[in-house]
Amino acid sequence: MTTLAQTRAATRPEKKTREVDTRPLLWPSVAVLFLWMIVPLAMTLYFSVIRYNLLNPTLTGFAGLENYAFLFEDPALWTSLWNTLVLVGSVLVITVVLGTLFAVLYNQEFFGRGVARLLVIAPFFVMPTVSALVWKNMMMHPVYGLIASLQTLVGLQPTDWFTDYPMLSVIIIVAWQWVPFAFLILLTAIQSLDAEQKEAARIDGAGPMAMFFYITLPHLSRAISVVIMIETIFLLTIFAEIYVTTAGGPGTATTNLAWLIYSVGLLQFDVGYASAGGVIAVILANIVAFFLVRTVSRNLQQA
Amino acid sequence: MSNSRQKLWTTALAWFIALLIFFPIFWMALTSFKTETEAIATPPSLFFVPTLENFTEVFARSNYARFVWNSIAVSFGSTLLALAFAIPAAYAMAFFPTKRTPSTLLWMLSTKMMPPVGVLIPMYLLFKNLGLLDTVTGLLIIYTLINLPIVIWMLYTYFKDVPGEILEAGRVDGAKPMQELFLLLIPLAVPGIASTGLLSVILSWNEAFWSLNLTSSQGAPLTAFIASFSSPQGLFWAKLSAASLMAIAPILVVGWMSQRQLVSGLTFGAVK
Repeated sequence: MTTLAQTRAATRPEKKTREVDTRPLLWPSVAVLFLWMIVPLAMTLYFSVIRYNLLNPTLTGFAGLENYAFLFEDPALWTSLWNTLVLVGSVLVITVVLGTLFAVLYNQEFFGRGVARLLVIAPFFVMPTVSALVWKNMMMHPVYGLIASLQTLVGLQPTDWFTDYPMLSVIIIVAWQWVPFAFLILLTAIQSLDAEQKEAARIDGAGPMAMFFYITLPHLSRAISVVIMIETIFLLTIFAEIYVTTAGGPGTATTNLAWLIYSVGLLQFDVGYASAGGVIAVILANIVAFFLVRTVSRNLQQA
Repeated sequence: MSNSRQKLWTTALAWFIALLIFFPIFWMALTSFKTETEAIATPPSLFFVPTLENFTEVFARSNYARFVWNSIAVSFGSTLLALAFAIPAAYAMAFFPTKRTPSTLLWMLSTKMMPPVGVLIPMYLLFKNLGLLDTVTGLLIIYTLINLPIVIWMLYTYFKDVPGEILEAGRVDGAKPMQELFLLLIPLAVPGIASTGLLSVILSWNEAFWSLNLTSSQGAPLTAFIASFSSPQGLFWAKLSAASLMAIAPILVVGWMSQRQLVSGLTFGAVK
């Protein structure tokens, strides 16, 4: 093996750049990732243009854009897209605002700072099914939940969270999981803020507000955009939290795109229709991904 | 004077928020030591005799050990497999970069952008036909693939920081690329490889899209087991809490220890 490679290297006219043939080291990763990227996607595309229903095997053949036409006429698609937008948008606003404020707060010196920071980032490491069930049962349950107990204690009517405010409940749970993520990233970013720059601004008479808006926030802008993009990719397909709490309901109140595809494909077994939905999800995610890759690549060039 | 008062306020506010955010986890931990009756008592019982009953019952009744084992197998198995693929690749790209290296890295990152739900249906059918539904092997393959880009990226970042002179010296002494990799680079990069591995373990351990969709009992990890508590029949909050506490405690500790490295891993090196 090696001798063969060596002879070949020796007989080949010398090129100046590559001294070792590293392709055998690289190609396994490239190959598996390529397969992973292309095979399921090609299948989704293929299924989206055929008639394929696991419950009705007589339905076969090329469907053209039938599944898409069906999908776009279905009010459930538009509801689910709207719900996805509401969920992603609300969680992004909450996590970025709180994440930024917390980063500023926990960057101050105070007693027990290290431990307090650990407590704030803890929810990010809790598996989604646990977080959702703890909130659904122990916090938000209309009879036995802690919030209901507190409401009863002060003489209020307990709130039936998942019946009356289903989307808000899901937003609260998801935000609780992702605020720590935004906080962790932004805290790391804020720590790289130049102390001299801060000192200079202070000497020039900048108050805390001016410091925040003219020094801290601009410094954090790139980290914030990274947080927004990464969270968007994950939030676009929030699934487990809905699976264990509302199952998309009541009605379609918490059906996002991920839940719609799941319920059409794996509960109603309409593969063609669900695959058309999958293609929509891929397109949406790719729009976001385009911007993320651009940011990261700019970073790569700087390094 | 005003400075110390400000500090007092900062301390109070920061601790109040920290405790508020951590509270659901604390409450869950507390509930796991209650009896089922105390767990749903209104007003909630704050003073109770702690019991370990829930833990023993979770272990005894629900094949808990199997779910724990499945979680360990998929997260550590997929991590080792991902490292086996990623270490040579990251080594090649970090030390023998070509003109195409940056675009290869970005392309690898972009495979991470594929929304899982976009390929859920074909993966489900593929797994069904291959007999991989509800198996540890199937989940392990998926987790390896979804974490591979992050693992390569993190390792690439770490390898970049390894002083090239040491490897250069080895090369001058006649080390072949494989020797250079195994005898020089890997020992030097152990901390980086370890924290990359930890991130991969954490992400796999908590993954709950593929585990819920592709497994149900035999191959199900803890995420799917916990989800089975969502059925409305019966209120087993104390047992749910005990099972949850055991499921999250180890990974919480690991996460706390490696938070620094997590940031660069999760942001693909964009924030350090």
